[in-house]
Amino acid sequence: MARKFMKGCEAIAEAAVRSGCRFFAGYPITPQNEIPEYFARRLPEVGGVFVQGESEVASINMVYGAAQTGTRAMTSSSSCGISLKSEGISFCASARIPMVYCNVQRGGPGIGAIQPAQQDYFQATRASGNGGFRMLVFAPATVQEAVDMTYEAFDYAQRDRNPVLILADGVLGTIMEPVELPPMRPEEEVKALKEALSDWTLTGHRAEEKALILPGGWAGQEDRCRRNANMYETWGKDVQVEEYETEDAEVILTAYGICGRIARSAVRLLRKEGMKAGLIRPKTVSPYPYESFDRLNYGKVKAILSVEMSIPAQMVQDVELAVKDRCRIRTCLRSGGEIMSREDVLKAARELV
Amino acid sequence: MTERNLMVAGFGGQGVMLLGKLLSCAACESTEKHVTFFPSYGAEQRGGTANCYVVISEEEIGAPLGDHMDDLIVMNDPSLNRFLYKLVPGGTLFINSSIVKSEIKRKDIKVIPVPVTELAMELGNAKVLNIIMLGVYIGYTEVLPGDVVLDTIKKQLGKRPAMIPLNCEAFEKGLQIGKAQKTG
Repeated sequence: MARKFMKGCEAIAEAAVRSGCRFFAGYPITPQNEIPEYFARRLPEVGGVFVQGESEVASINMVYGAAQTGTRAMTSSSSCGISLKSEGISFCASARIPMVYCNVQRGGPGIGAIQPAQQDYFQATRASGNGGFRMLVFAPATVQEAVDMTYEAFDYAQRDRNPVLILADGVLGTIMEPVELPPMRPEEEVKALKEALSDWTLTGHRAEEKALILPGGWAGQEDRCRRNANMYETWGKDVQVEEYETEDAEVILTAYGICGRIARSAVRLLRKEGMKAGLIRPKTVSPYPYESFDRLNYGKVKAILSVEMSIPAQMVQDVELAVKDRCRIRTCLRSGGEIMSREDVLKAARELV
Repeated sequence: MTERNLMVAGFGGQGVMLLGKLLSCAACESTEKHVTFFPSYGAEQRGGTANCYVVISEEEIGAPLGDHMDDLIVMNDPSLNRFLYKLVPGGTLFINSSIVKSEIKRKDIKVIPVPVTELAMELGNAKVLNIIMLGVYIGYTEVLPGDVVLDTIKKQLGKRPAMIPLNCEAFEKGLQIGKAQKTG
């Protein structure tokens, strides 16, 4: 298939359209503006609808409304904009609305900086809104992965009737890379996907029939929490992870997203220098690939380095949960507008031994 | 060489982004290599500083933005001051000598000065200075075949066919200068 040279944000939007997304609402914020910009041009071409909402809150609620008709719907924002959407995201989780959203992370806390960062790990994996719900969270490291994950995200959302998050960052959103795009779903297939949800969607029913979308309620809430908890328990099969050169490794680097690809190139160089380095790169950060750390040979592994564009480190807490005191854990961190470099990672890795 | 990095830096409006984008797009379309294009610019619509970082590699690319670069193209003095120390020893510095007047003190690099602003004005349009510089870069480094880059330029200008002859002329002019610098 022919390679196309695309910007991360635009590739995410195109992948969504090809997966059958026909509604997008969003509000501008750097560094994700190319997502709504692309949708604004592209959706009318395929009979879809693009809305620039008057705010983040309005946009997420429009997505809630569109998705409860069974239309594949998406929104995107960046860090502080995602915080504004968190009420709507929580309501979607509660009402079992299948929708996809993308966070092109920038600095934080607060308004942070417009430069790329990975400061939203806890928000993404622990509490993307009130109420203790969980989501599948995909963490692409390349534009190609962003495309593939976005394409599949809508299927996962539909399978679980639950929001799915694409956790990108400002580097991935901004860079251009060659991609191979997945096939455009034919219009009949998009219609059939919507039709398959007709037992619960709100598409206009006869007076004697009622469909109900309930974001919480007076009764039965405990049952709904249990049903969701049971669903989260089934997600072990959905873990995606790259384990690279881990078999004989004495030093393990672990990182997701942009830091994941930088750590991977650092491992290649460290191997050339003679250091037995390996990599565990979560491609889903929820569910987290805890088992990858169980597969390590702790007779050999001396230390694990969590590489994150976040200060303080966040993913390291999942690493600690996984490693359970079986070896030393250290961090290599940049943030506040500074982008992780391979040299940063190499230096931190060499200091481990 | 398995990996080659280039930074292009200058004022907003000098076409530094387009230069980097055309190069990386040509690499994407004509080779199986890995390539990344990372832009960095201020909030200004015009003026301000702009730069982009291009990596072309046989292997998967880790960081799309590095601490060092093998080649540096600078279009103005502030960019020279800001980035020159990041050029690796033995690296190549391409400067727009129409504008950049600072003395280059480093002796461990190769300097290719080309008055691209003046050359562009001789061609009748100051805007094509970036295309001339792209030609110089390709002619000197041979990172990609010249005709491949020319194809990409033509393709990108598809919607404005009237601009194609001027840009082709600009690219060819730069290409010859780059080749001459290499042999001479």
